[in-house]
Amino acid sequence: MTRFNAWNVIKNGFNGNSGWSRQWRDPEPKASYDAVIVGGGLHGLATAYYLAKNHNMHNVAVLEKGWIGGGNAGRNTTIVRSNYMMPGNREFYEHTLRLWENLSHDLNYNVMFSQRSHVLLINNPGALDSFARRYNTMRLTGSDGELWDLNKLKNKIPHLNYDNGRFPILGAIVQPRAGNARHDSAVWGYARAADSLGVDILQNCEVTGVTRKNGSIESLQTTRGDIKGKKIGFAVAGHTSVLWQMAELGNLPIESHKLQAFVTEAVKPLLDCVLIYAPAGAAHFYISQTNKGSMVFGGELDWYKSYAQRGNLPTVKENGEGAMAIMPCLGKLRLLRHWAGVMDMSMDGSFFMCKTPVENLYLNAGWNYGGFKASPASGWYFADLIANERPHKVIANHNLERFEKGINIDESGSGPDPKMHG
Amino acid sequence: MSSRRIENFGKINRQKQLKFSWENKNYFGYQGDSLASALLANDIRVVGRSFKYHRPRGIMSCGVEESGGLVTIGTGDRKEPNVRVTSQELYEGLIASGQNAFPSVNFDLASINNLLSRFVPAGFYYKTFMGIPPFEWGSGTSVWMFFEKFIRKAAGMGRSSRLPDPDVYEHANDHCDILIVGSGPAGIAAAKEAADRKLDVILVEQDNMIGGDQLSESEFNSDEAFKELKSLGVRVMKRTTAFGLYDNCVLGLVERVEENVTLSDRRLPKQRFWIVRAKHVLIGSGSFERHIAFNNNDVPGSMTVNASKHYLNRYGVLTGKKIVITTNNDSVYSTAEILAKAGANVIVLDNRKETNIDLNKNNFEVINGVVPYNINGSKKINSLDIANSINSKYNKIDTITCDQVLMSGGWSPAVHLLSHRGVRPVWDTENLCFVPGEPKENITVIGSARGIWGKGDCIDSGIAGTLDAINKLGISKTDYFFPKQGGWMNPIEPLYEVKSKKTRSKSFVDFQHDVICDDVRLAHREGFISVEHLKRYTTLGMANDQGKMGNIIGLSLMADLLGKEIPEVGTTTFRPPFTPVSIGALAGRSVGKHFMPLRTTPMHAWNLENGATMIDAGLYDRPWYFPKSNETIDEAYIREAATVRKTVGICDVSSLGKIAIQGPDSTEFINRIYTNAFAKLPINKTRYGIMLRDDGIVLDDGTCWRLSDNEYFMTTSTSQAGKVMSWLEELLQVRWTDLKVNVTSVSEQWGVAAISGPKTRDVLSQCLEDPSTISNENLPFMCFISATLKGGIPCRIARISFSGELGFEIYIQADYANIMMDILWKSAKQFDGCLYGVEALGALRIEKGHVTGAELDGRTTIDDVGLGKMASDKKSYIGSALRKRGVLSASDREKLVGFFPVNKNDTFASGTIICEKNNIKGFGVGRITSVTHSPELGHWIGLGFIKGGVEEWKNINVIGSDPIRNKQIEIQVVSSHMLDPKGERMHG
Amino acid sequence: MIIIKCPYCGDRDHSEFSYGSDASIVYPSLDAPEKDWVEAVFFRENIKGIQRETWQHSNGCRMWLEVERSTITHEIKSVKPCHTQLQKVFEK
Repeated sequence: MTRFNAWNVIKNGFNGNSGWSRQWRDPEPKASYDAVIVGGGLHGLATAYYLAKNHNMHNVAVLEKGWIGGGNAGRNTTIVRSNYMMPGNREFYEHTLRLWENLSHDLNYNVMFSQRSHVLLINNPGALDSFARRYNTMRLTGSDGELWDLNKLKNKIPHLNYDNGRFPILGAIVQPRAGNARHDSAVWGYARAADSLGVDILQNCEVTGVTRKNGSIESLQTTRGDIKGKKIGFAVAGHTSVLWQMAELGNLPIESHKLQAFVTEAVKPLLDCVLIYAPAGAAHFYISQTNKGSMVFGGELDWYKSYAQRGNLPTVKENGEGAMAIMPCLGKLRLLRHWAGVMDMSMDGSFFMCKTPVENLYLNAGWNYGGFKASPASGWYFADLIANERPHKVIANHNLERFEKGINIDESGSGPDPKMHG
Repeated sequence: MSSRRIENFGKINRQKQLKFSWENKNYFGYQGDSLASALLANDIRVVGRSFKYHRPRGIMSCGVEESGGLVTIGTGDRKEPNVRVTSQELYEGLIASGQNAFPSVNFDLASINNLLSRFVPAGFYYKTFMGIPPFEWGSGTSVWMFFEKFIRKAAGMGRSSRLPDPDVYEHANDHCDILIVGSGPAGIAAAKEAADRKLDVILVEQDNMIGGDQLSESEFNSDEAFKELKSLGVRVMKRTTAFGLYDNCVLGLVERVEENVTLSDRRLPKQRFWIVRAKHVLIGSGSFERHIAFNNNDVPGSMTVNASKHYLNRYGVLTGKKIVITTNNDSVYSTAEILAKAGANVIVLDNRKETNIDLNKNNFEVINGVVPYNINGSKKINSLDIANSINSKYNKIDTITCDQVLMSGGWSPAVHLLSHRGVRPVWDTENLCFVPGEPKENITVIGSARGIWGKGDCIDSGIAGTLDAINKLGISKTDYFFPKQGGWMNPIEPLYEVKSKKTRSKSFVDFQHDVICDDVRLAHREGFISVEHLKRYTTLGMANDQGKMGNIIGLSLMADLLGKEIPEVGTTTFRPPFTPVSIGALAGRSVGKHFMPLRTTPMHAWNLENGATMIDAGLYDRPWYFPKSNETIDEAYIREAATVRKTVGICDVSSLGKIAIQGPDSTEFINRIYTNAFAKLPINKTRYGIMLRDDGIVLDDGTCWRLSDNEYFMTTSTSQAGKVMSWLEELLQVRWTDLKVNVTSVSEQWGVAAISGPKTRDVLSQCLEDPSTISNENLPFMCFISATLKGGIPCRIARISFSGELGFEIYIQADYANIMMDILWKSAKQFDGCLYGVEALGALRIEKGHVTGAELDGRTTIDDVGLGKMASDKKSYIGSALRKRGVLSASDREKLVGFFPVNKNDTFASGTIICEKNNIKGFGVGRITSVTHSPELGHWIGLGFIKGGVEEWKNINVIGSDPIRNKQIEIQVVSSHMLDPKGERMHG
Repeated sequence: MIIIKCPYCGDRDHSEFSYGSDASIVYPSLDAPEKDWVEAVFFRENIKGIQRETWQHSNGCRMWLEVERSTITHEIKSVKPCHTQLQKVFEK
């Protein structure tokens, strides 16, 4: 495999770019693997990569029903942050942020992680109180976080709605190491890196049935034939319940909801950070600018359960309102595209990464809003779980039993109402 | 290209000249011009620069698919980037300028990128900029972020304003029987048919004139067509784009209300965003002419064939003198004829070996079996190299001097709206295009959007569309049929790319994003063979036109590389909006202060008149504090809280949720939803109650009053009011349908003032017709009574205390709230009382250790906040089954406590993490949730949680760590009841 | 836009309503054991297809409705009041 670097880019410039080859192979499925990961999104690909890299498991397949990165990996707003507070979540997301920081070098693929700051606006003193707990916890657990007063905020972002907003802007709480990355590039980077370590990435390989025998899964029926796996991992957030029921495992603490994302026409640099506007009890809106120049934004769920990858008008309108509320200069910028992703919304807003009632089956699910940023650590810890057959202590509580055990890792405190975990 | 206005052609009003500016120079056009036609009439060739290579871009179409002519309109706060010149109507005083170029689009320094293009093919940025070049040394993100700054500056197209948008937008809603998208022959025919049948019809046309492709016909009269439709009762919406088709035949439309009007004359909103609910939708959105990929096919002067016909017959602009038309289909011949008639020298290159065209070809030349190979020129076309094709290998055979190259590589129906519904288009191998699939909803596609080319057939399809709608709506049963797709005399032959022999030819697939055929081949070489991967890797179809022009060429190239047919490669899904929609329109009037509704209490005006500074509490505005002269917030609330403890204070607490509960099973209901016993609450008594969620976590707290055997009155917190109301309704309507209970929200019906402090009874007595009503005997603690304020105003008074002082809450009909405040305040002033706001309210409750939302954060249990004794073990209630599950009943949980600074001069803040002295890191052992200065104690105090509760931390001081505010102080853990723990004051 | 035919108010946009939950959940009695409640409160079938679900016409008549809807296409098959007595009223 040709290494990606400026030298080879220039070299290929002289030979009509003929020196580049497939970034990952298109192998025929083998009859069996040591580990089969269902789901060729970022989580599945990252898991395969870390199985090979960290645990020396190379006989691994990733099964993707369509094309890799076609689900939520390509439908998010690419924000990377670690401002989580609850034990377990805190360490997990901090680890993911650290992995992101070196991911381009690790994968030899520019994932364009830009640590341009995650700026959460403060609209009333009460909001500061609850953010303070979160960001103080972050600081005390080895992460970064800082408070910007109004002057500093105005200096950094002069063109926000400071004077005519429904809710005042008092300042911001900021994670400087957070930012955004290029989602597709992370998908392809993990795919290429995993492939080079021997992982088979099987596209157009949909799981259509699960054969169980003696408390474990014997094989998976797929559109490309039966595939056996000594260990099997599900990483199909959005559709976890569908696969789970295919394996006749009953109910999960998950509902599928859709979250819309919006992208505008490209303009010259207009916003240099990830900006969040969430006046308590009123709205939730986030916006950033891609390197191409498009503003990318999103807000709340559509509020009803759905597996449709398309959104509805009221939410479109609300997001326009959110954009104008905070950046009134956006009026003449035009929305270019909007779409929806299907989220695994869990009962406490936190994810699942655990063993299951089936001996050789491992579950990676329930990513709510947070799946994109989580993917490196998700792959890391899921690989660790699969390889060592026990959860790492960081994810020890991220199991299906936590509800009966009364373990509360609910970041928002919204309780068992999945749509509220925005 | 040398384009010019000519006499006797076009539908513009030559009596009305319009002045406009382009790149700071003044020009003239006519009423009826688009900016594109006006620019062409003035022979302006270069109007833009491409995204990556900064190649000169001319006008390439005459519609919404335009990907060359993107400019910036207006200046200052009205600056609007990325406007398609083809869609912008000309108006007097229009200011347009080029974008993505320095110093100008005509001479752009960044066009050096064009020379470096070999090093920057699709996806090159994924392969470098990671570390220090050339071998990407280093780690972390700093090198990337260094490069990123330059990349971001180079990217983007137009520059947007940073000033608030001064324009007004609005929202509107409508309904109709049939909504027809597009006013081409099919749309108009459908509208007439539907109107004849007395249906309520809306016809939506994005252009400022109706007619669609007929606008390129010299004999078509748009005004007459418009008048006829109006007379039939059809609601015609011009300048309106149906940008999205959503569930249940609901469409999003954007109407450009006055974008054709000189700025100073504009009186109406700039745009109107419509949500229209139709019973049936007819899509007659037309089709797009495709270009052909060959080397330098992007040089200004290259255009789609049909566009030049529009420019001639609609705008009276002849777009070239020596025009070469390149085609693979019959649609170009009528254009060739009319262009020649208008005086151009026209040659048609038809790649088909033979064509049988029923036209008078006398005035133009046709060469069969020949394709375009290369355009010579950079900012304008000098000549065209042409080639013949032997076994799909193209050999240059000649060069034709010309100033314009028109291209027609076939037509693509605009299947976008159907794609929004998830209906996949189907490949038509005969007509070489995707035609719409069969929708399951009440949607019918008509006209060329259906792949029907002939005008007569389009008209028939429009009528059939309406009949289809009538059948589906069950209005009547009528037989109908749709004409067959296609309609050309000679079959179209594939012509997507004329492959150049150059190693890196500039054969453009996507003109704006500079995606060339070699990029598609590179994507294939690197394994990006799925259509979606191709799109994402090359950015093909991601530009402003969203692939309207180039997608099919990209697909055909990939199909070729894979040895597959186009439909096997797939289609990309078109997402809404059909054309870009301004964010201002989406927001409408919900901007500025109107972003969200403002909820006010009935004494809002009174509070303001009496000097309140307000604060947001969700959507409510509540009095925060009442500053005297120059007081700061701290000075004010400390004074207010101290006054309450010393004399008396009045506070508006009307935002509390209030719910009337009535019915024979009310007591049973109340008893099931609160944790504490309510079954035996006597009439006229009130009780503090706690509700849990199903999962056993605290939902809300409040009071509940028994008005009679079967009637209760409940209060909730401000923030949970809506949630609790809905929850009670759910329980009664969904879960416990056997209970005969009705709940009614009466939050807005009552105004509430809390009055507290040792002088409360004195103050209130003066306000009542009968002062004895509130004597300790008549109204003991936790009781309520009906009373009459002076002037005969009825009210309810409850003896409740949140502040810990002797306190009453006075509930009054909302309309009387201001009078009540007048009466109370007049009396309170006589006792040196004060008005107080939520800040002082907070201070008073923190001193008492009363919890609010800061403590009840959706994770705490009733035991955590020290109210476990309120959780009955004798009954079952919502949450009782789960409240003790697992670790929720562990002994080492964080329990509610009070915090004092060890050094009494220290202050601290909410959100501080409590750590053990020798271990100031990690998650700590507790946290501070609420703080205040306590006037009574004379220092700052806090409320919060610590592991194990106060007993575990007797004589052990802890550290309050607040790194985000650079603060760390020593703290003493105390009981949460920091003031008057026995509650003697409120019983006084 | 999903359009829900409220039995009392008629056809209305879904933005007038609040989505509740899966209507097939049977909540155990208040004194039922912890494990039954854990199952009811935290676990969902999460149907991909037609599901029975509750909505409240929160910006309308406040009625809680049982809706049969496809979670794939959003198409609604039926709407009726959740409350059995109300169902009878609207059947007439």
